[in-house]
Amino acid sequence: MNQNMENANNYLLRVDDLKTYFAIKKGLLRRTVGFVKAVDGVSFRICPGQTLGLVGESGCGKTTVARTIVRLVPATSGRIVFEDTDVLSADKSQLRKVRRNISLIFQDPAGSLNPRMTVGNIVGDPLRVLEKITGSELADRVAILLTKVGLAADHINRYPHEFSGGQRQRIGIARALALEPKLVICDEPVSALDVSIQSQILNLLKDLQEEFGLTYLFIAHDLAVVKFSCDVVAVMYMGKIVEQADDKELYGNPLHPYTRALMSAIPHVDPSLRGKRTALGGEVPSAFEPPKGCPFHTRCPLAEAKCSEQMPPFEKKSDHQDHFVACWKANGK
Amino acid sequence: MDDNNTALAVENLATYFFLEEGVAKAVDGISFKVKKGRTFARVGESGCGKSVTALSIMRLIPDPPGRIVAGKIVFDGTDLLVLDEKQMRHVRGNKIAMIFQEPMTSLNPVYTVGSQIVEAVKLHQGKSDSKAWSDAVRMLERVGIADPARRAREYPHQMSGGMRQRVMIAMAVSCKPDVLIADEPTTALDVTIQAQILDLLDELQAQNNMSILLITHDLGVVAERGDDIAVMYASKIVEKAESGPFFAEPVHPYSQGLLKSLPQLNLSPKRLSTIAGTVPEPLHFPTGCKFHPRCSTGRNDKRCQTTEPQLRNVGHGRQVACWHAPGYETNEERAEYESKYGKRQ
Repeated sequence: MNQNMENANNYLLRVDDLKTYFAIKKGLLRRTVGFVKAVDGVSFRICPGQTLGLVGESGCGKTTVARTIVRLVPATSGRIVFEDTDVLSADKSQLRKVRRNISLIFQDPAGSLNPRMTVGNIVGDPLRVLEKITGSELADRVAILLTKVGLAADHINRYPHEFSGGQRQRIGIARALALEPKLVICDEPVSALDVSIQSQILNLLKDLQEEFGLTYLFIAHDLAVVKFSCDVVAVMYMGKIVEQADDKELYGNPLHPYTRALMSAIPHVDPSLRGKRTALGGEVPSAFEPPKGCPFHTRCPLAEAKCSEQMPPFEKKSDHQDHFVACWKANGK
Repeated sequence: MDDNNTALAVENLATYFFLEEGVAKAVDGISFKVKKGRTFARVGESGCGKSVTALSIMRLIPDPPGRIVAGKIVFDGTDLLVLDEKQMRHVRGNKIAMIFQEPMTSLNPVYTVGSQIVEAVKLHQGKSDSKAWSDAVRMLERVGIADPARRAREYPHQMSGGMRQRVMIAMAVSCKPDVLIADEPTTALDVTIQAQILDLLDELQAQNNMSILLITHDLGVVAERGDDIAVMYASKIVEKAESGPFFAEPVHPYSQGLLKSLPQLNLSPKRLSTIAGTVPEPLHFPTGCKFHPRCSTGRNDKRCQTTEPQLRNVGHGRQVACWHAPGYETNEERAEYESKYGKRQ
């Protein structure tokens, strides 16, 4: 109990050894023949006002982590503590409270807005349903939200199709902020947007964080975007976090061979940044039959016998505080 | 001499879509040359006409509502736009091949990947079934697919995104095309796979002296793989240059804005620089220079608001369409401007 109180003070969100498995069913009787371990022992903490970046390639489980946190997907095991509520064992009313304080921004702004609803209804519905605000007060609140995200108050009666991609993402952000959440989960918020619009939205998210003291869980595959937006970065590979550190340390001193390969694979505009490319052979193994030991050993340039037998522990391997890595071969002085 | 180096020349191409709401000028008078053995990269944001240009070259514009209303596409001494469909079929997929962004939607889900490659080889090169099949297997091997004989008998859904893109490339290069049009070939892929696919394209280009028309929105990819660059904005090319000079010193305010707005790994700015506003839609293009409402210099300039600048040579092999670019304006134009609107600082 005591320990719980302490955590509540330090962290807004605590995730401990989270596992989310999906059963694979086969045959006439739909017997479970195996599991896809989408999230396999993930732990992290987010302090209030901080942005934690979760990076990884498609299928690494980053979105499943987000969905498990708000219980859109049932967790298999582990613990999620939001403020002082244990999310996984929360009852209906507790869960409601949690979900009110955690909102989501999605990748595809077109797909996450109902085309038959006006902007006013999209942004105002959370307020109407959960806070019972109606009439002119509702209209005022929506108008304020729209101007906060850089839209005009008179956009309120328009429909999503009348907006460009960047503007639609702004509508999604306004909806996410309507209930004044504490944590906002941004799931690839800019990857569907054009370059010139992407920077507008990234700036907006930063401004709103400052203004409202928001905490972000920022999910993305683009390391440069994550570097700009995040304070702490966790790199995921096949359902596990393989490296985690604050942004300066991670980008300045990446230790895991996967993190290094990811960074070297980014095409750079500035020729002076083009280092030697660590060519990564092969592809991400199938999630149905994950490799034994370290999941990265099949593609790792440093792999040796031990790597294919035992999963390395997630431990501190650098002088730097809070730089953790799961690799037998990583050696950070 | 110049013609010997040119694999594909597009001259003044204009492709319009005739819609109920009006005429959408998706591509409006663009010219460029793809040189032999080189990669010509076209950058631009969504809706700027990059893909419509590619489809126009392949003559795959859906008609109606689209139509190529003007221009020439010269390949191997002939204008592709005057060929009939039968002649065009000989060029398409054979001499000029194309790979698309989404390999899943461009592969047929009900045929094995091997049989889809065989179809192209048989059609264009008249090979026998067994010869074509062994060709297909060899192509799969060349694009880096392990165990190609087994993979050739598999269906697209049994493969990962990266592998499907390799299959698309195998199919596209199976007839040894002179020009490969790659429309966002790696946009749907992860960065580590993207690097593999781009390396593969480089390799195939070197082996066959193939020209590549690379269409992408990713400036990093362009900087690393493009030899010549054209930046498109609102249906037109606004800047064209060789890759080195372009990235060292972009001239058009839009090119500058794009490069500056990218988050970089070596910098930690508090805020990113942005381009104000949004990309205009073809039905509602602004008057004058189409970029002027978003341009910090041109927004309040009367000439930028009313008169559209055309692409002009400004030296060092660079072409640009901007009244404010150094060396763009002639003396007469400057005098005319100043007599009309007063002295410029």
